[in-house]
Amino acid sequence: MRKNQVAVVGAAETTELGVIPNASQLQLHADAALNAIADAGLKLSDIDGFATAVETPQQVCHYLGIKPTWVDGTSVGGCSFMLHVRHAAAAIEAGLCKTVLITHAESGKSMIGKAPRSIPADSLQGQFEAPFGVYGPPSMFPIPVLRFMKTYGITHEQIASVAVVQREWAAKNPRAMMKDPITVADVLNSRMIAYPFRLLQCCLVTDGGGALILTSADRAKDFPRKPVYIMGTGESVETPMVSQMETFNSSRAFKTAGPLAFKEAGIAHKDVDHLMIYDAFAHLPLFGLGDLGFMPHEETGKFIADGNTRPGGKLPLNTNGGGLSYMHSGMYGMYALQESVRQMRGIAPAQVPNAKISVCHGVGGMFAASGTIVFTNER
Amino acid sequence: MAEPQRARPKPTPETQHFWDGTKAGELRLQRCDACAHVYFPPRPFCPSCAARKVSVFKASGKGFLYSYVINHRPAAPGFTPPYAIAVVELAEGPRMMSNIIDCPQTPEALELDMKLEVAFEALDDKITLPVFRPAKG
Repeated sequence: MRKNQVAVVGAAETTELGVIPNASQLQLHADAALNAIADAGLKLSDIDGFATAVETPQQVCHYLGIKPTWVDGTSVGGCSFMLHVRHAAAAIEAGLCKTVLITHAESGKSMIGKAPRSIPADSLQGQFEAPFGVYGPPSMFPIPVLRFMKTYGITHEQIASVAVVQREWAAKNPRAMMKDPITVADVLNSRMIAYPFRLLQCCLVTDGGGALILTSADRAKDFPRKPVYIMGTGESVETPMVSQMETFNSSRAFKTAGPLAFKEAGIAHKDVDHLMIYDAFAHLPLFGLGDLGFMPHEETGKFIADGNTRPGGKLPLNTNGGGLSYMHSGMYGMYALQESVRQMRGIAPAQVPNAKISVCHGVGGMFAASGTIVFTNER
Repeated sequence: MAEPQRARPKPTPETQHFWDGTKAGELRLQRCDACAHVYFPPRPFCPSCAARKVSVFKASGKGFLYSYVINHRPAAPGFTPPYAIAVVELAEGPRMMSNIIDCPQTPEALELDMKLEVAFEALDDKITLPVFRPAKG
């Protein structure tokens, strides 16, 4: 794909984030969509392309009254929205549609109008993982951590520092769920969930949603908001079974998607002003920094513990507070994208001064899938 | 009300040989007749070279502890926390998820790279699960 041919011209989260007991999951999709439509200064009838995950495109389009000529229901977990951005950019460039709406919403906490996740007993996961006591992401996502730590000499304190630093960012975000400062000791003394991870190393469980609107870069200049260009994109999948990853020392999906996006954007790591790495659990930023090639994996723990990703650090990371402290409805990728867009527009609560390039990296499932988007505010 | 049951695998035509094996006290893997690749989970073709001619064989049952978590909460139905969910690397190469028996479920006792050997735990008269214990000697 050619870079900077497509731009984000509308971006918004749901009116409320956190605990939303008065709206179904489908209504949260609509709330986010209507906010994004208003942000872009458009009408629903202007939308001719639509993408969403978990809920089907037909469900959300019918509810909103949208009549699309291009749809994408790619649903690979929390990074689905990164893949939607990539697919939408290609579709717009190919002339399949002009204005794409991407929605995410999840009643992750209140569970209103949300189908429970279940694992069929005759699936491979149902036969070869579920019988051994995995029960939800906290029992699965951290399974690679001890191997990763041993291979690279990463310490418990270093991984705990991920949560501490992100809480510092969250404190600057009025909409963040958790804003009180925490220490490494607080993290390491919080309730055990699945050793080696404790409560403060696991993502929040909340309600919310978000939506993006994309159109061609040539049209983007006529919109009310500062356009945020799609500079590079990447995607991949590996396996739905965490036990079957090629290695626990890295993520193959990360190592495929990330470098693709950097190559397409034509940027080097030193060009990155702002970085989002989907943090469902505290080890993900370490995998991300290594797999995206920012530094050898051995250095990732020390890099974060030394404060390089905190406010004022040389690589601002997860500046909304992340899935650990901002919000996590279950598929957090949309919120990472929203923060990258805010940073590129220059309106983020914890704005990185003069940021011109933002990399937004997502994970789906337990390292099952990945999507990476490079944004820029300069064409 | 009955006690909550541990998730029970339901074999498919492609995996039946594996579950027949565990019931007979064997850990069965598959090897590609064309390229000799050994793989898991079961499927009737080689995921490395796509050959459809593959053979089922009895694995040694030996391996080592590749990684694990000790799950505290929420506990899966049929499990009493804390319990370890382990990934075992088999001597033949593939890895599989399992549980570690005859060993305290603690970080001190569960050392990465410790040698393990397969054991079998019957869930009922149809399904037997492969689990692992610290290897003797």
